[in-house]
Amino acid sequence: MCNQTVCLVQAALEREGITTVSISLLREVTAQLKPPRAMWVPFPMGFPLGEPNNPDLQHQIIAAALRLLERNDVPVLENFKVIEPGTTNLHE
Amino acid sequence: MATYSDLSLHVRLFLKGYPFSRYAIEPGLCAKLSKPLNQSRVALVTTAGLRTPDQQGFDHSNKKGDSTFREIPTAIASQTLIESHRSYAFDHLGLAADTNLAFPLDRFRELETRGVIGQLNHRHFSFMGSIVGPGKLMEETAPQVARMLREDGVDVAFLTPV
Repeated sequence: MCNQTVCLVQAALEREGITTVSISLLREVTAQLKPPRAMWVPFPMGFPLGEPNNPDLQHQIIAAALRLLERNDVPVLENFKVIEPGTTNLHE
Repeated sequence: MATYSDLSLHVRLFLKGYPFSRYAIEPGLCAKLSKPLNQSRVALVTTAGLRTPDQQGFDHSNKKGDSTFREIPTAIASQTLIESHRSYAFDHLGLAADTNLAFPLDRFRELETRGVIGQLNHRHFSFMGSIVGPGKLMEETAPQVARMLREDGVDVAFLTPV
C-alpha cells in the first residue's frame, strides 16, 4: 500500500506544479497507478534505496531516479539496474 | 526483489484483489521541470511512517489507515528519527539501521553540498503507507502537503515508499 500512497501524494504535488519522481518497490502497483515518473528498484519491501549504510548504492539509485525528472513523456516507469563494478554505462 | 510472488500469500491475495486501477492518476498529469536541478529547491516525501522523537506516533488502529503526516525539519539528525510503520509486509531492521534507506536526508544534504541540487527545502513530509482507504489522503492531506511545499517554493520532490 505504501506504493499507492506514494503515487497519490506524487499526483497531488504535480497538480501544484511540483516536478516529481518516485521509487517503486512493487512494479505491479505503480503500473496501475501510473504516476508521472517512477523508477522500479529490484529490492525487497522495506529497502527502497537498496541497503542500509551503503551511501554509494543509495546515491546510484537517487541519481538514476533524478535523471527521470527531465522526462515529460509521462507516465514514465523505468527499471533501475544495479551497476556492475567496472562498467561505464551507469544507468540504462 | 519485490514482486507479488515474493510476498506472503496473505499480502499477495490482498494486493491481487485490491482495486488499484480505481485510483489511477489522470493521464497527462505532468509538471515540467521549470529550471535545472542544480538551481531547484528539493523536498523529500516518504511513506515510511517516520517521525521526530517529539511527534505523536501514527494511528495503527484505524482499519482504513492513518492519512495524517509528520513534518520533518531538514535540520534534524537523521539517526534520531523514529520509524513507527504498522506494516508487517517488510523487514523493519533495514530502516532501524539507517533511515536514509527510505528517507535519504543525508544523501540529499550531500547532493546539495556537491551542487547537484540547488537547495534542500527546510522541511519534508512523512506519511505512514498502509492506507487502504485513501479518500481522506486524496482529498485532504496530500493536497495540503502539496500546497505547503508549493508555498515553500519547492520545485522538485523525491518520493520513497517502504
